[in-house]
Parts: sequence; C-alpha cells; structure tokens
Amino acid sequence: MTDSQTTQQTLIGQRIPKQDAPEKVNGRARYVHDINLPGQLVGKILRSGRLHARILAIDVSAARALPGVHAVITAADVPTQTIGVTRDNPPLKGDKVRCERDEIAAVAAETEELADAALALITVEYEDLPLLLDAAAAREAEAPLIHDDKPGNIALQFDYEHGDVVQGETESDVVIEDRFGLHYVTHACMGVSGVIADFDDLTGNLTLYSNTQVPFLHKREFAEVLELDPNRIRIIQPTIGGGFGSKLDIYPFEPICVYLARAAGRPVKLVFSRAEEFLASPTRQPARVLLRSGCRDDGRLTFRKVDMLLDNGGYTSWGATTPMVMMQTFSSLYRVPHCLYHSTAAYTNNPYAGSFRGYGNLQATFAVEAHMDKLADAIGMDPLEFRLLNAQEAGEVSGQGMHFRSCGFKDCLRTAADRSDYRARRQQNIEQRNTGPVQRGVGMASMLHVGGGAKIYPSDGCGTILKLDDFGHVTILTGASEIGQGSETVLSQLVCEELGLPLTSVTVVNNDTDITPWDVGVHASRTTFIAGNAAVGAARLAKEKILKAAAAATGQPMQELDLRSGGIVQRQDGSTLMTLDKLLRSMHFQDKADLVITNYYYEPPSVHQDDQHKGDVSAAYAWACQVVEVEVDSDTGVVRLLKCTAAHDVGRVINRLGIEGQIEGGIVMGQGYALAEDLMIRAGHCLNPGFRDYKLITAPEVPELDLSFIETMDGEGPRGAKGVGEAPAICVAAAVANAIENATGVRIYQLPFTPENVYRALHAAAHDPPV
Amino acid sequence: MPLLHEIGFVLNGSPIRLSVPVTMTVLEMLRGPLNLTGTKYGCGEGECGACTVLVDGLSLNACILLAVECDGREITSIEGLAADPAAAGLRRAFVEAGAVQCGFCTPGMVVQGKYLLDTRPGADRAAIARGLEGNLCRCTGYRKVVDAIERAGTTPAEVADD
Repeated sequence: MTDSQTTQQTLIGQRIPKQDAPEKVNGRARYVHDINLPGQLVGKILRSGRLHARILAIDVSAARALPGVHAVITAADVPTQTIGVTRDNPPLKGDKVRCERDEIAAVAAETEELADAALALITVEYEDLPLLLDAAAAREAEAPLIHDDKPGNIALQFDYEHGDVVQGETESDVVIEDRFGLHYVTHACMGVSGVIADFDDLTGNLTLYSNTQVPFLHKREFAEVLELDPNRIRIIQPTIGGGFGSKLDIYPFEPICVYLARAAGRPVKLVFSRAEEFLASPTRQPARVLLRSGCRDDGRLTFRKVDMLLDNGGYTSWGATTPMVMMQTFSSLYRVPHCLYHSTAAYTNNPYAGSFRGYGNLQATFAVEAHMDKLADAIGMDPLEFRLLNAQEAGEVSGQGMHFRSCGFKDCLRTAADRSDYRARRQQNIEQRNTGPVQRGVGMASMLHVGGGAKIYPSDGCGTILKLDDFGHVTILTGASEIGQGSETVLSQLVCEELGLPLTSVTVVNNDTDITPWDVGVHASRTTFIAGNAAVGAARLAKEKILKAAAAATGQPMQELDLRSGGIVQRQDGSTLMTLDKLLRSMHFQDKADLVITNYYYEPPSVHQDDQHKGDVSAAYAWACQVVEVEVDSDTGVVRLLKCTAAHDVGRVINRLGIEGQIEGGIVMGQGYALAEDLMIRAGHCLNPGFRDYKLITAPEVPELDLSFIETMDGEGPRGAKGVGEAPAICVAAAVANAIENATGVRIYQLPFTPENVYRALHAAAHDPPV
Repeated sequence: MPLLHEIGFVLNGSPIRLSVPVTMTVLEMLRGPLNLTGTKYGCGEGECGACTVLVDGLSLNACILLAVECDGREITSIEGLAADPAAAGLRRAFVEAGAVQCGFCTPGMVVQGKYLLDTRPGADRAAIARGLEGNLCRCTGYRKVVDAIERAGTTPAEVADD
C-alpha cells in the first residue's frame, strides 16, 4: 500500500500491519535477553525448595569467597521492605519460607557458571513447619498460620450484594446449586522473565530494563522497597516477549536484581530459565465456586448466590483482587434482580497466583454460563432464548451500578448463534447421543468485561505528547505500554487519521519513563480506549493549531480548511493549498513555535466503586458470545475443538488485522485453559515446569475460527472503539463445557478437560468404573 | 573450564572458525561469542522452537544441538534469512498477514517457514500447521502464521524478490 493510497481513504478499520513487525520478523527486535551492558554481571537466585519452614541459618561465606563472585546477598543485607498488593512479600526471605519458589539468597558473578557454583556453596538450615496445601484446610479453625499477622489465613475477602437473595429464592420456580473447580494455569510467555539493573553510584540513578506492564506505578513501588528516591528511577521497557497480566506485579527477582547491582557496583542482568519461569511466575487463581441460581418458569432470572474460595498461595499479588471482576459477571452479565457474592482468598503453601488475561472472569464465566444452560434446560427453554431474555441492553444500569451506554450483547448472541447454526445443531446432537463413541456437541457462552478502562487507581488516565518536526513527521510519545498487542499501530492510525498523514509519517515512543507521559499501565483491556483517546485528543489540539496557522498563511477561513494527504486542503473539494511540511517549517521559524509539541491527558468518565463495590467502573463495556463445536471421544476422553464462532462487541474496529490477531490468539489461549494446560501442583510442588509436560495448544489443534465484529460505535471510545484484549479468552472454557454436555449428556464441573479427566467423568456418570 | 574444541562452519554464507567449549550449544554460541541475538531461548529443551535454525537445510533446535556437531556444516540463522533476497516474500508475508504480536517466537517461525517452503512446496494449510507443531506461540493463535507461510508459498518469485 503506498502512502497516497493510505491517506486517500480512512485508516480506520483497515488491515494495517503491526509497525514493529519488520524488525521482529528480521530478528532485530531487542528483548531484555538480548541487551548486554558494559561490565554487566549475571544474577541468580537461590530458592528454598521447601514449602513451609523457619530459616535457622544461612551461610554464604564460601560463596562470597569464590573468585569472580561480586555480590552475595540475603535478607540480612537488604532493606526490610516488602512487595505485593498487601505488602506481605519480602523479596528475600529472612525468617521463614512459605512456598517452593521462595527466594533465600542471590549472587552476582562474572559468568553463569560462576553464579551457579556460588549458589551451590550456600548452605541453609531450616526447621520444617506444618504444611497447608489446600485453601479449605487453611480456613479450618486449628490451621497453622502462614503469616503470623493474618488470622484465619485470610489474604483478601470481597463481599457484594444487591437485592435480597432470600426473596429471590422464594420468587423462583427452579433453583439449582453446583460446585465448580478451576485449576492452575500459567502465562507461559514465550520470552522468560528478566531484568537488568544499572545502578549508578555517582549520581544515585537507577535504570531498569524491565518487562513491566505498569512502568509508572512500579516506579513508586520500587522506590519504596529499595528505599530510593522515585525521581532517581528510570524504567526502560525493551521489546516485551508477552505479558498477559504476568507483569502487573513487581516480583521478588526485580528488587533482588537491584540489590545485587547496588552491592556489586556493576550492572546486573537476571534472566529466568524456563523451569524457573514455571516455578516462580504467577498463575491464574485456582478457584472453588459454589453457585446457587434461580429462575421463573417464564425464563426470568431471579437470583444468584456465590461463594468462592481462592487459593492465594504464600503471598498476595494483584491477582487476589480478581474477585472485583468476577463479581461483575455474577451481578451484571445478565439482569439478575438479587445477587449475593462472597469470596475469600486463603493463604496456603502453594504457588502464589497473579493476574492473568481475563482477571478472574474465565473462572466466573465458567460457572455462570453452565447455570445458564442448566436453568434453560430445567424450564424447557432454548438456551439462546433464555440468554436473550435475560441479556443486558444499551441504556441499562446493572445492579452493581455499571452503566451500559453501548451494548451489543443481543447482537452478539444472535450473530454467533446464527452463524454457527446453534439451535439446529444442538438439537441434532441431543438426538444423536449414545449412537457411538465419538459424539459432536455445540456449546454457547457469553461474557461481559470492562472495555473502557477500569478505575482501580485514583486515576485511570493516560497522557500523549505529539512532537511535529519541520519535515511533517510526527513523534507520538505515549504512556501506553506495548506487549505485542499492537497499541503502537492503533495509536498511529488514530493520530494519522486526525492529521491526514500517511502511517509512514509517525514514530511511536512508548517505553521510557524519563520521556513518556504518565499512564497506569497495560491491563484491563484499556490501551486502545484510554491511550487512544489521549492520542486523538492530542492530535485534535495539534490540528487546531495547524489549521489556525494555515488560515493565516493562506488567507482562507480556518473552518474551510482540512488536513488530508499530508497537506492543507480545501474542506469542500479537497484541493491542496500547501503541504504540511512546508507549513510546519514556516511555523518552526516563528518566534512562538509552540506547535512543535502538543500534549493531552485523557481521564475516562468512570468512577471508583464505593465500599459496596458499586459504581460505573469503566467508561465502556465489551460483550461477546462464542459458540464452540467439539468432538468428544468417550473411549479416550479426547475432546477436539473443531470450530469457534465468535461475535464480539468491539465498539468499532480500528485495525482489522490487529483485532483479528487479538481475538484469534485469545480464543486459542482459552482453548488451552479448557483442554490442554494444567500446571500440576501436587503437595505444593510443581510437577511439570517445562513445555514438555505443560501442554500449550499447537498449530494443528487450532479450530476453524469464524469471527464477527459487532460495531456499536461507543460514544466515549476513540472513533467508537472499545477494549478487547482480554475478552476473547473468557468464554471458551465455559462454551466447551456446555458443548461436552450437549455431546454426551454429562456435565463436567472441574477444569481442565484433559483426556484423563474427561474419560473419568464420563465413566463415573455412566456408573462404569474406568478401566 | 570445559574442554575447548576448534570448529569451522559456514554461518549465513560466511566461513567461521571458532574455539568452543565442547558443552556449548549452537544457541549459546550464536547468542554469546557470535553476538547474533535473533535466535531466541524459549525453553532450552527443544520443545518451543524459538531457537530454530537451518543446519545443512534441516530445521533444528539450536538449544539442544552442540556447537561441536556443526563442524564442517552450514548454519542459517534468522540473520541469514533477513539478508536473503530469496526470503523477502516470506518476511513480507509475516508482516502483512499479521503473524507477529510480541514477536518472540517469530524468528523461529520464519526459519521454520523457510524450511517448509523449501522442503514442502505447495503444502496446504493443514500440512503447514503440522509443520509448525514444534513452534509454540502464545499470542497469535497460529492462524495468521499459517496464513503468512501459505501466502509466501503462493506468491510468485519475481514479486517476492522485488
């Protein structure tokens, strides 16, 4: 596509290749693993391997004496600060260890071999303590405490209520109650975790080369834990090899790397092995859900009562706040007049969970959508009709106070159902049950997720600075972080659309806290919406300044001018009056060349939820319905995902190529959650810390994908767009569960649907003991 | 200090002579002494394909291949394909098909794509997908990677080489 073509028509909705794709395709993108600073040392961490033990003594003298080892540190050598959302996690453990991955000591050495040798010379004496390997056991009265100051082993609890579920139950014709079990999975980003700390003892400045998804907020947390002036911390994000929520927290290895650099007086690079990535990265919350739901015979939902127990592991990360998202699905995906929600995250000696794409919504949706099918069956109503009857619509305010200004939910339901021939196939599959070992099934599931940011922090905003040079080139300095999702391309499209420039006329700078404006990070599917609005706002300010100058230069009224094809044009007939670069050059040589920079800060019109968790937390909400078709082999337990028909309310498509990539990748991640991935934690230890035994979906297993984008043109979104980053992963497992039930008549309440689990469940249901 | 062994091989068209520890993998050699960082470490056990290179035209995992095994052989890494006009169509197809998100698996995918085009010309989508089974990607869902290799395989050479 040539420049003139791209500027003749709108850039919005086009298939635009990702701007950094060429450097990635050519192997030139530099990830943290690829960067080496002069004088850099190798950092490594000694982990406990014990699950729950008191540390009696640590002897590092032999490690310190090893030539080529420049620093050996333990808790005794560093500030006594803690990290994590409730500050319960000391980066280096001094008194006790609480899970397998706990950090005891760290070394910085000339080479990896020397660092390994130094770790091997460290001896630790432990006194083992009783283990808590199960969240329910951790809540028992006589259970030992994982943290002495956390009675009942409670990490965090969330309660939510609207209406009166007791009344709701009396109004119900049908009431059902089930227990659901959700398992451990992990992000398994292709790029392992790593950081480089470059501490300059002359100036006191710290430069971190970090994969963080939240650079600005992490500056503050780093400053606290390192006891440093936050103004001395600069975070540079090299190209990031995947995020998916795994980099929303600071993890112990990051401050440890800084401690090492400070102790050694040299830059230190600390990169995980893949096994360490599995052992010491966050997981998605394993959850036990007790869900009680009711409806009337006419199909109207009456109430929903939820009790959730989350295994928090040894420490508390942002992942423990996922119930704030889970409750939205219970309270507001459908119109439920009465809802009561309670969740407890309990400390155990298991790995500690973090935030992961969907932020709890996969777990909540799994339970809710099972009950939507079961309630529909109980009253003899088609599940699609049942969902349509209870679905939210534009203009509604949910019981939780979420205001759905734009809402394409019903369009999503109808589109996914029609395109997959859901109704007919579902009926056909029921009729053909038990006709052979291999059965087909279709299943539907829907989801609601924030699509206009999420006001979790005091602000949910983002800043943009536009720098226009005298050759007509625009530099976009944005607070938004890029983790592969394509934000740099979307922001370029939005700015170029406003300024009538080809995409070749922009450069995006998005990875340096010393340069870019403030932002609260890449999470909550917020970047297109929030950073997009900030970019549009800045571009409109720039356009106004340019047109004002153009009016003065051409003598034409400003309102009759426009920017197109890299020039100043007559709005009416599109004829070019002068090129933009020429105008900009003339402006640069004026004494008040303030055009060089415009900046704009966007804050969405959302609110903090109150202490009852009520309020319009996002400026827009994303909706979707997915219908999956599966093949279930009852002889082997193998479930094959054949097709996924997905209809997503995305507000508006900005980059068709990019949004397809987000939805396709999200569906396949959801497929992995449903069918393949299983981080096996047994007796507190991870049994499968590698890709050989932790099964990711591979290319031949990808189902046929049919994607529809429902464009509801959100009034607050940039050019009408909403966020979609998390949405596609959310309903797959729920839809697969419904499809397995459609195929076999057996409902399975426990993920994952691996062959063994499915085989056992089918045989248990048939009272036919497994062979 | 492990035993050193001198080896000679052709890397991306240029002859190299190098003394390497006998325990060193090709991945460590490329990323270390040869300073070619396009080949990625993803797992170190031959499961993810992020380190895929061509050795005498075969696609191999550099993380489980010892450097000393490459004596007298010809290695092509992503840097070699980046400079190869015959791979221009493949590189462009990856960009235009949207096959790249975080990009960490991408060099390995491109090398594997070249191997598939060289050894299975005219392969259909299912065959391409099977050929990518050893290359893990966490972002894209693979469909656009298959699109890219399919597109590169059907693009006429004279267009690909422009």
